[in-house]
Amino acid sequence: MRHIISILVENEPGVLSRVAGLFSGRGFNIETLNVAPTLTPGLSIMTITTHGDEQIIEQIIKQLRKLVTTLKVVDLSEASSVEREMMLLRVDAEGTKRAEILRIVDIFRCKVVDVSPDELIIEVTGEQGKLTALINLLQRYGIKEVARTGAVALRRGMQG
Amino acid sequence: MELSGAQILLESLRREGVDVVFGFPGGAVIDIYHQLPNYPIKHVLVRHEQGAIHAADGYARASGKVGVCLVTSGPGATNTVTGIATAYMDSIPVVIFTGQVPTPLIGNDAFQEVDIVGITRSCTKHNYLVKDVTKLAHTIKEAFYLASSGRPGPVLVDIPKDVQQAVTEYKYPKTIKMRSYNPTIEPNIKQVRKVADLIAKAKKPIIYAGGGVISSNAHEELIWLARTLKIPVTATLMGLGCFPGDDPLWLGMLGMHGTFAANHAINNADLILAIGSRFDDRVTGKISEFAKKATIVHIDVDPTSIQKNVLVHVPVVSDCRAFLLALNRELAPRLDEGTASPSHDKWLTQVGEWASEHPVTYSHEGTAIKPQAVVETIYRLTGGKAIITTEVGQNQMWAAQFFRYHTPRTFLSSGGLGTMGYGFPAAIGAQMAFPDKLVIDIAGDGSIQMCIQELATAVCYGLPVKIVILNNGYLGMVRQWQELFYAKNYCATCLEVAPDFVKLAEAYGAAGYRVTDPSEVEKTLKEAFALPRTVIVDIVVDREENVYPMVPAGKPLTEMLLV
Repeated sequence: MRHIISILVENEPGVLSRVAGLFSGRGFNIETLNVAPTLTPGLSIMTITTHGDEQIIEQIIKQLRKLVTTLKVVDLSEASSVEREMMLLRVDAEGTKRAEILRIVDIFRCKVVDVSPDELIIEVTGEQGKLTALINLLQRYGIKEVARTGAVALRRGMQG
Repeated sequence: MELSGAQILLESLRREGVDVVFGFPGGAVIDIYHQLPNYPIKHVLVRHEQGAIHAADGYARASGKVGVCLVTSGPGATNTVTGIATAYMDSIPVVIFTGQVPTPLIGNDAFQEVDIVGITRSCTKHNYLVKDVTKLAHTIKEAFYLASSGRPGPVLVDIPKDVQQAVTEYKYPKTIKMRSYNPTIEPNIKQVRKVADLIAKAKKPIIYAGGGVISSNAHEELIWLARTLKIPVTATLMGLGCFPGDDPLWLGMLGMHGTFAANHAINNADLILAIGSRFDDRVTGKISEFAKKATIVHIDVDPTSIQKNVLVHVPVVSDCRAFLLALNRELAPRLDEGTASPSHDKWLTQVGEWASEHPVTYSHEGTAIKPQAVVETIYRLTGGKAIITTEVGQNQMWAAQFFRYHTPRTFLSSGGLGTMGYGFPAAIGAQMAFPDKLVIDIAGDGSIQMCIQELATAVCYGLPVKIVILNNGYLGMVRQWQELFYAKNYCATCLEVAPDFVKLAEAYGAAGYRVTDPSEVEKTLKEAFALPRTVIVDIVVDREENVYPMVPAGKPLTEMLLV
């Protein structure tokens, strides 16, 4: 099962390789990984999506907590959480294709962030499912390049 | 007080109570060595950095204190990696200081530069590259704190040459608090009660103790628990010494080369108290067949050890000693009421039958010296009052099976990593910690050659370490596997050329004996043990003697090959 794990770490050199090395050394897989500083100076948040059965996910979480540079590890798939990923796509948009692509952009509430005579760069944000659906739709026009951020996620607020 | 980085390091070691450092100098640590004579710290100059780290490890295992090792950058640092991994696998508190090229040169492939922090990331508990001298004192404090707290382990501190030379105001923190590191020491009391409740119902309980009992100094509490409730005890290789080897409740080691009684007891138990052990594959055999009838309680200070190999019923994250103190407190009123546990007489009778049916033994046929008999003789001569270190392989298993350990920290062996060459430098470390104790390395002719150069170290410091080589001319354990599972294809396991160990000892200034006749074993060992010098006793043993019992890899624990 897919899990989103959020890790609060000390923002110091080598932290990323401690986490990445833990995954590779113990044979866990990383599907996506995202790191950025938090509002607290000196702390960063890593968001990792990974796959595994219950026992493996438990090991991953415990091993991450064991790293001396880790403050907090949360399995966001357990809690009700909001997940988003951003993707940029360079799509072939010559001639008549262009109007069709722009209609899809509209439906998916994407943004066109760069235009040239024969291609468009589209920016889209959403959950994994939405991104996959968009890729599937645009594939027939020719996707030349894709860049993705990997998932980020936050726990939802209390609802009453 | 303004001090240089080198002075800060040494002053901090002094304040940590470090009395001995095992090391080897080089360009990137000359500044530290330049200051060393000004501090009340003994330095043991080894002949290879692997010797330094193993000696620091042996010192730590024998004394319970943090072992310290100091080496230079590049090859000095990489030579310690095997020893760091050894300490990591066995949770031994050591702090390794490595020199590094000056900070402006880092990343430039400078002379003797290596990214030792990167290399050792996965075999240290934590490691540091200190680029700023103002952070050095705090980092050293943290390193000692990390190495010795929670689940102990090696911590490496890499110090560039310019940081050693830079000067700053020195302030050594008294205590350390880290927001990202807070090991759980005290057990959850509800879990402790649950364990006591399980004990109250168990008819066939067993204690399966590991190295955690020794590293947390929990042996007294363990002995009290076992004797008070009459629970039989088995231990892992790392746990040997945590329970008296001559106690009627002692079953011997379990696992691949464990006793018949221990393996059958663990497989038939209805309650297993796993204390400071980690269900290693050498212990469990085929995991799906392991202890299927038992409720398993697992106590470990490291949460990652729990539910890793075996799914247990009652996990308890706690220091072993803190847990046993809490459990014994919980049991006290129940003992008064007579409700602590039912009688285990029937179970003990059954276990006793297993032990007497198949004791650990060996064939006495033939005229050659039996390696097992040598270990038994060492036990008899020392009354079990020696610190035994081992190399790895058959020598290690015989030392585990035929010597009875009565107190913790008297059996030092590379359990997790299985590092050949560990035993002799570890013996040097143990001897430095206990100058008056008899320290014996039970070695094989293969593994002793992996760190043999430390003879110079032992002789130089007048350390009366005894090396007893069980010489069979083979890499015996691999040969045994080849014999049993690889159609006797003894590829690359026969050591066709061996040094004359007596001459070798003498060349280094140590004493050497060679024994080929069984009737000479006891007399020679006696003489060697009485000699206040470094001694090699080279004992030519039955070449193709095997270690039994043996559970073939991947087989259930009860499928044992016996003598």
